[in-house]
Amino acid sequence: MASEPQGGLTEYIQHHLTFLQSSHDGGFWSIHIDSIAVSLILGVLAGGWLWLKSRRATAGVPGKGQAFVEIVLEFVDGQVKDVFHGDRRFLGPLALTVFLWVFLMNAMDLLPVDLLPFITQKLGISHFRSVPTADLSLTFAMSLTVLVLVIFYSFKAKGFGGYMHELFTAPFGRHPLLWIPNFALNMVELLSKPVSLAMRLFGNMYAGELVFMLIAGLFSAGSWLLFGMGVIGYTVWGLFHILIISIQAFIFMVLTIVYISMAHDHH
Amino acid sequence: MDLNATLIGEMLSFAILIGFTVKFIWPNLTKAIEERQLKIADGLSAAERARAELKDADAKVADEIRKARQQASEIIDRAQQQANQILDKAKADAVAEIGRQKAVAQDEIASMAQRAREELRERIGALAVQGASKIVQREIDPAVHKALLDQLAAEI
Repeated sequence: MASEPQGGLTEYIQHHLTFLQSSHDGGFWSIHIDSIAVSLILGVLAGGWLWLKSRRATAGVPGKGQAFVEIVLEFVDGQVKDVFHGDRRFLGPLALTVFLWVFLMNAMDLLPVDLLPFITQKLGISHFRSVPTADLSLTFAMSLTVLVLVIFYSFKAKGFGGYMHELFTAPFGRHPLLWIPNFALNMVELLSKPVSLAMRLFGNMYAGELVFMLIAGLFSAGSWLLFGMGVIGYTVWGLFHILIISIQAFIFMVLTIVYISMAHDHH
Repeated sequence: MDLNATLIGEMLSFAILIGFTVKFIWPNLTKAIEERQLKIADGLSAAERARAELKDADAKVADEIRKARQQASEIIDRAQQQANQILDKAKADAVAEIGRQKAVAQDEIASMAQRAREELRERIGALAVQGASKIVQREIDPAVHKALLDQLAAEI
């Protein structure tokens, strides 16, 4: 299905919001191949680059690449250190992974919204979405992983009994009548974490992508004035978006740290 | 989807975005990186310099100690020499003094012996004259026989 400008903005946007799916029935096994492919490629690129830099790391004067990695690492480690006072051997790398990966996936939003779809079109793939973080499946995948870690560290820090005790007796009190309200509130608190984490990132990226598409509609409106406005608008939104993708990656990282360090705290 | 105005417009905006990044974002990033490199290089070279200075100081200290030791031994040597000199001089002085005293004493002894000898000679002369006058029973004129008496005294 080719996107035809004369088919109208609605069709253009609908086309761009369709994932490359492994099957079109929309069921459980209709996997979003585009999200998986882009996120995997970015993850491998970032990981491989970091691995290369860490392997060649020197205690002497660092090269430009190593210096950059060190700056990013120190920044992330500083954030972790501010929030979490304990062994950072797991949380530090986790935060670095989350930050870099989310940032790179967000950064795909800065590519022209039609560029990757245009290329895949030539390769015979009709639908392609290039921003994995604008895919609810991916943001929830990440936030649910964080939830698993939160639960794991709750058990690890407090023990099974301690965590159960906290779930049933905090925040209202230890009276047996209050066990159910306590547990219900704690479940809401626990489950709101992955939901808010995933929805925030998805919402920002999805909205950003949508605004890019709406502005892109001006390009094919048929007048040079609108085309020029489109170029200006697209650029301005792109500049603003540099801020958004950085902030969203930062927020996702900080909240991940905060949630896991909260799991270590005793009530 | 064909190449149309949409993609061209997006690419234009993208080019501007890249230009912005190159002009405003990248320089800040490279500046931070270069500052970091400079800081690390400075720190390393400062540490290297401090190490070299420490080594220099160590060498200097060892040198000073060696020099001081040498000086001390020189001073001791000189003192010993001086002591020896003083001792030698004192010895020589003593020897000379002894010689002088001996010579004075010898002179005195010699002059005393001479005086005694002369006294003895005169007395013997007088005795001889007395004896002779007693023997010849007449007065010998000492003035007449002085030459004879003197000769007699010298022979004694």
